[in-house]
Amino acid sequence: MLEFVTTRDNPMIDPAMHVWGWEIPVYLFLGGWVAGSMVLAGWFMRQGRRPGDGCVCYVLPWTSLLLISLGMGALFLDLEHRLYVWRMYLTLQPASPMSWGGWILLLVYPVLALSALVSIPGDWLGRWPAVKRLGVRLREATAIRTLGHANIVTGVALGIYTGILLSSLGARPLWASAALAPLFLVSGLSTGAAFAHVIAREHGDQATLLRADNVFLAIEIVLIGLFLIGLSTASAVHANAAALLLGGPYTAVFWVFVVGLGIVLPLAIQTLMASHRIPHTLVAPVLVIAGGLALRFVIVSAGQYSHWMSP
Amino acid sequence: MARYGMVIDTRQCVGCMDCVVACKVENDVPDGHCRDWINQRLEGTMPDLRLTITSERCNHCDRPPCVSCCPTGASHVHEPGRVVLVDHGKCIGCKACLASCPYGARFIHPEGYADKCTFCIHRVEKGELPACVAVCPTHAMHFGDLDDPGSDLNRLLASRRHFILKPDAGTQPRIFYLE
Repeated sequence: MLEFVTTRDNPMIDPAMHVWGWEIPVYLFLGGWVAGSMVLAGWFMRQGRRPGDGCVCYVLPWTSLLLISLGMGALFLDLEHRLYVWRMYLTLQPASPMSWGGWILLLVYPVLALSALVSIPGDWLGRWPAVKRLGVRLREATAIRTLGHANIVTGVALGIYTGILLSSLGARPLWASAALAPLFLVSGLSTGAAFAHVIAREHGDQATLLRADNVFLAIEIVLIGLFLIGLSTASAVHANAAALLLGGPYTAVFWVFVVGLGIVLPLAIQTLMASHRIPHTLVAPVLVIAGGLALRFVIVSAGQYSHWMSP
Repeated sequence: MARYGMVIDTRQCVGCMDCVVACKVENDVPDGHCRDWINQRLEGTMPDLRLTITSERCNHCDRPPCVSCCPTGASHVHEPGRVVLVDHGKCIGCKACLASCPYGARFIHPEGYADKCTFCIHRVEKGELPACVAVCPTHAMHFGDLDDPGSDLNRLLASRRHFILKPDAGTQPRIFYLE
């Protein structure tokens, strides 16, 4: 028999820790989406695609600016001491991925803004000669390639940090996995590719993005496998954390919404789409995007629920 | 440099909650929140039962995860004493420290910043004991410098079997419980 009584009843801590609600999963999802969009846009830019080509890589910076702003809005809403947020930018804490994240986000905006500027025709910028000159210079092939590199590097940093942010919080055994950072990055790439596939106008780009998304989804399945195997074969604490997704309270939502509807089904549909057996529809990309959101919700929620068992 | 810690005798603690009340009064802890609390753990099979009462709070760990994850440096190790404190003016209320603490020792103060036990550093720096230790009616709680080989803490730890909370979390807590 074991009976445990505590007098502690602190909000957000008891009876189980629940410090992060919808805001953080939404931010991680939107951050991942933007990260994936930046990497893909950067890849196309590196190929030498020009603004007049109608390439999706000149639409993605605009959508990314909107999405990252929404994500940062969610992040801001999550803060409890909001008026002090500027404190993030008076220091860089090397041991805190959240601190890196603050600075990475500060890099994301100018890279996205410059990438977006490339797509604005020079005639539209007549009122602002300095911006027009900058826009003209950015449309040069070398500048576009450099911007492509900047998008890829910043996008990868953004995508990876969201996973490291969680895995650095060692008190939550479910997050204590090195697979979380690549999983979040690849999930972001997959979300970005699904979205880019929907908005791309060029058939060649659509086909490329579709094949890329299938590869990302397949890698995601492998990473989820590694994530669960790694935890299940580690200490009892970590195995118990993995059990939350393997028979525990988060099992159904994880396997149905994240793996089944978010990865396996769209992968099957998109494989048929890639081989031209069925027409391109919105169903699979929407499932991929919803699956990316579900992944963040399940991992953040189950991770908070996981804890060290010893007294 | 001092390294403050606590030794709490679970055989003398009766769970009266004087420490909890003293902390709330001394530190003006808001209603519905607590910086320290009492846990009672009953184990065994009738009639061989074992009741362990522990007065718990922030463990002021030697490897504090709440300090390393803090994005602004608000959570920091205060010298002298190596006490883990929160600078309210730097805290943005991101709650990473709450998520990183395996003891659930932190909470968000209604004003928005992360809050927790300070070992009553404002009293200790005046030569007084933390409020919880000062009021303990059974003298179950002991406070002092763990780096001082002659301190009461080290004498008790050398003479009695003891344990720490969640040793497998690897945070090296500085509150020890005598069995």
